[in-house]
Amino acid sequence: MPHPAPTEQPSIPGTTIFDGRMAMKGYPLNKMCFSFNEKANRDAFLHDEDAYLEKYGLTEEHKEAVRSRNVLRMIAAGGNIYYLAKLAGIFGLTVQDVGAQQTGMSVEEFKAKLVDAGRN
Amino acid sequence: MARIVGGITTSHIPAIGNAITKELFEDPYWKPFFDSYPPVRDWLNEVQPDVAIVIYNDHGLNFFLDKMPTFSIGAAPRYENADEGWGLKPLPPFQGAPDLSWHLIESLVAEEFDITSCQEMLVDHGFAVPISLLWPDRVKTEPAKQIKTIPVCINTVQHPLPSPKRCYKLGQAIGRAVASFPEDLKVVVVGTGGLSHQLDGERAGFINKEFDLMCLERIVDQADSLTDLSIHDLVREAGAQGAEFILWLAMRGALDGKVRKLHSNYHIPISNTAAGLLLLENAGL
Repeated sequence: MPHPAPTEQPSIPGTTIFDGRMAMKGYPLNKMCFSFNEKANRDAFLHDEDAYLEKYGLTEEHKEAVRSRNVLRMIAAGGNIYYLAKLAGIFGLTVQDVGAQQTGMSVEEFKAKLVDAGRN
Repeated sequence: MARIVGGITTSHIPAIGNAITKELFEDPYWKPFFDSYPPVRDWLNEVQPDVAIVIYNDHGLNFFLDKMPTFSIGAAPRYENADEGWGLKPLPPFQGAPDLSWHLIESLVAEEFDITSCQEMLVDHGFAVPISLLWPDRVKTEPAKQIKTIPVCINTVQHPLPSPKRCYKLGQAIGRAVASFPEDLKVVVVGTGGLSHQLDGERAGFINKEFDLMCLERIVDQADSLTDLSIHDLVREAGAQGAEFILWLAMRGALDGKVRKLHSNYHIPISNTAAGLLLLENAGL
């Protein structure tokens, strides 16, 4: 028997399953972030952020999430972490910085938590 | 005839690529990780495989959500690496093995796996970092003498993802395809990614050592017991990105039923991830 779809299974705390529903919701946001593979596009975003958000047709929810620089809000708006990482990269932030922000820790605390996971 | 000599699984965390560029091999954070690779390189030097089939996932370099194939295979004479947006230096192109690629595609489609064939395919860190770890001299080697590669990309970005069982069966079909290729080639299968990690959400930084160690042990000779896991099980137990373990299962499927474990390592943390390494040799070798 096939397994039930993740959406039909108990939710996992602190975890968003990036399925078709989320992929549709976040499409313009993710498409913009995908464009950041190219330096010219990263530069264009930095040069005029509002114009860049407009160019990719972001919704108000997407725009507010991006302007707030709040990754949890971007995920709630349908952002996928692999694409959002490219936005974070524009600001020189790594997945450890992003992890710290999402968990409300300092980056040092977040890194220490990871190190501790190896000691237990 | 072509034959699979063995399989390797390794994590592919982008930070490793930066650490290689900066030569942080003796740095206290990195040393326990890098020190686990020489035995695998020694085995590769001894066996001298001709081709590496690299089972990995794209993280938004080649594929976007506009078209998201479940299984795709490169069929090109070479594959370019490129800027992923957050600072990893692109590497020189990787050499392909298009004849074997097309043989894989033909065999897999005949076995009812619906494959997307790619004559142009940018390969990201999921592919490039493992190659750099396993063949560190590649960039200094002339292209004709470099390891030839075949990228096999499995969707782990957008759910539904293929089940662990389906990926294991894909690996088994890859094994049969290689065995029916008439050229006398030695093939190594590389499964990349994992082990437990989660980058997104309030659960970011999630690691599950107990589950990882169970997987590392069972994949050697009880892989069947892992193929009944669902993707939901993997996300819950190994983290949202720990679902990359399906790539390890695809590698294991391509090997014989009986294998010899020659080397393994498990190290927490590299960036947000529990790093795993495994070298399996086909017992019939």
